[in-house]
Amino acid sequence: MSAVTAAPPPRGTVLPPVPGGAVGAGSGNASTFVRAWDPTPVPAPRLLARRTTEERVITTGSVVAGFALAWLVCYRLLPWGSPVGYLVVAFLFTLLLVSVATAIVTPGPAVADRVASVVVSAGALTVGLGLVSTIIFTFVRSGPALIHWNMYVQDMALAGPRDQLDIGGVAHAILGTIIQITIASIITVPLAMGTAVFMTEVGGKFARVVRTVVEAMTALPSVVAGLFIYTVAILMVGLPRSGFAASLALTVMMLPIVARAADVVLRVVPSGLREAGLALGSSRWRTVWNVVLPTARPGLATALILGIARGIGETSPVLLTSGANQFFNANPASGVMNSLPLFIFSTVRTGEPLYIQRAFAAAAILLTLVLILFVTARFLARSRGASR
Amino acid sequence: MSSTQTLADQAVEPGRPEPRALSRRAVGADAVFVYVSRGLGGLMLAITGGIALFLAWQAVPTLRHYGLHFFTETEWVPEADKVGILAVVTGTVTVALVAMTFAFPLALLTALFISEYAPARVKATMVSAVDLMAAVPSIIYGLWGFFLLQPQAILVARFLHTYFGWLPFFRVDTDMSTPQWEQSRYTASAFVAGLAVAMMVLPQACAVMREVFSQAPSGEREAALALGSTRWGVIRSVVLPFGRGGVIGGTMLGLGRALGETIAVLLIISPAFDLKFRPLEIGTETVSALIAGRFGEASPSQLSALLTAGLVLFLITLVVNMIAAVIVSRGRSGEGTDI
Repeated sequence: MSAVTAAPPPRGTVLPPVPGGAVGAGSGNASTFVRAWDPTPVPAPRLLARRTTEERVITTGSVVAGFALAWLVCYRLLPWGSPVGYLVVAFLFTLLLVSVATAIVTPGPAVADRVASVVVSAGALTVGLGLVSTIIFTFVRSGPALIHWNMYVQDMALAGPRDQLDIGGVAHAILGTIIQITIASIITVPLAMGTAVFMTEVGGKFARVVRTVVEAMTALPSVVAGLFIYTVAILMVGLPRSGFAASLALTVMMLPIVARAADVVLRVVPSGLREAGLALGSSRWRTVWNVVLPTARPGLATALILGIARGIGETSPVLLTSGANQFFNANPASGVMNSLPLFIFSTVRTGEPLYIQRAFAAAAILLTLVLILFVTARFLARSRGASR
Repeated sequence: MSSTQTLADQAVEPGRPEPRALSRRAVGADAVFVYVSRGLGGLMLAITGGIALFLAWQAVPTLRHYGLHFFTETEWVPEADKVGILAVVTGTVTVALVAMTFAFPLALLTALFISEYAPARVKATMVSAVDLMAAVPSIIYGLWGFFLLQPQAILVARFLHTYFGWLPFFRVDTDMSTPQWEQSRYTASAFVAGLAVAMMVLPQACAVMREVFSQAPSGEREAALALGSTRWGVIRSVVLPFGRGGVIGGTMLGLGRALGETIAVLLIISPAFDLKFRPLEIGTETVSALIAGRFGEASPSQLSALLTAGLVLFLITLVVNMIAAVIVSRGRSGEGTDI
């Protein structure tokens, strides 16, 4: 074992070849080598940060050629002319062309690398296409209905199936959604946050049991939560089908989700902060209130808002518990109360073209609400980078 | 020099106050805090645990009445006293499998793109976009699947049936020789429903995978690069082996969500209680769609049967989620690999 653990030579040094590999520096008696003159210039290091022209040309050229070939195959040679089929064939041709072109220029591992990068980019592009098409499709299809002002302020009491879009609207469903989600949040916030604080700050054997059960209950399908409230509150207790029953179903669905998310956020609060608070003589309660919760505030807000966004769009719990009406009802305690997801579902099911238009208008409004909630959550999470 | 007094001497020195007794017992505001939060935790336990117990309790009469036939019967005809969940569980699994067939590769590729390929400037935006995808209501994916995707998807289904119809799971019961192919045989199928569900579960799976990939030790990445590896080489030899737990766990979390999805499935499928695995063909039924479709006219005994079906669905989801949690947490952690 020759100790060849010499420090790397300084930049620009060219060590002469040493027979036997015995470099003096490792053995203690430092011997100096006279630098041999090497006339060959050191090649400039190649840029690694960005793609080479060759790579760019090959990728772009293959994509263009792939799409052109796919057009030839799908629309001229074989009866495969459908948009999805065209995209799939174009993708396969692109893969083939990229691998062949790369193999000609730089064979070896570069081929696999290029093919992989094309496949990965195509996958991400597909997902992006899915998201963008969902949002754009919802807004485009709802365009004819959304331009009527009555869509936002009227209910459906006077609008029959054959009435044009300038009569009637979805305001009753918006009102119902807001009332239901507000009640559900009023119940969820203290309970879920309190449970999260209990699980992280108090701890103990009982807290572990609670955590296990809460984590298990996040697996509860939302329709089963709705069925539970339907059976217990409506059939057993005798509560009427109402906005309140729908709020309870949403609460049951949101509780474990929000509690678990808040628990995760509270757990990443550095324990050093907690210990510092306690060491300065503050009580446990004061430490939680003045140190832990403010540190985790953005994260907690994000957890809560994402939970609300989940609850606002969930259809199956309200489908089983609230019942759909066509007019304003601001009283959650009595009378059926419509909500946006339920309105969308029930009107799409009628199959009437004008009703479907209204359903899309409701979908666009619901999507806008979710987007607003989402952006708020992001903004809160970013306003103080403490939680991440 | 002379101050060699020990602490013990100080303690017994007369005139000093006795040190206060130390105790872990909470007093004053602390006691209120501990008891209130324990009470909230207990309430939470009572609510969430109560649901599980209630479901189990409601399942007793059904299981006692139908016995094991509840799991082997395919029909759901309460009027004829024939109630079983074999067909609906098969349908649920079919839809979930179709969803995962599309969601798994797309989630994996998107996670890889975000963690390995995306320029640093757009990374945060892409992460937000995936989170936004998770927040889009499922009914909107249902509309998307029903109105936008279905007309395209039936063409794909027709293609698969034409060229790969010899595979048993691509079979569709229709006459292949007619000049105008019967489009309605391919609509409202588990395939179309599964595509819409895939959009729903994809972001969740992707988020877990991306999180794990981003934790791959940078020392090993750099080592692979220094040994001359390409970007794909780094992914294959460092990122994927490190993130294997996250990939499997994220997929299973998505699977758990896919099993319980209701409204998009209910919107797309047309109910059919056949015991079959032919996702391209019209008609299927899932547990959650069954509950949402049948609860209204259910008598108490039928309600008990529906609750039992719900319990079975919950237990399947629970097992899947628990396996996912174990796999994610057991994955090789990044601790100690970076010096």
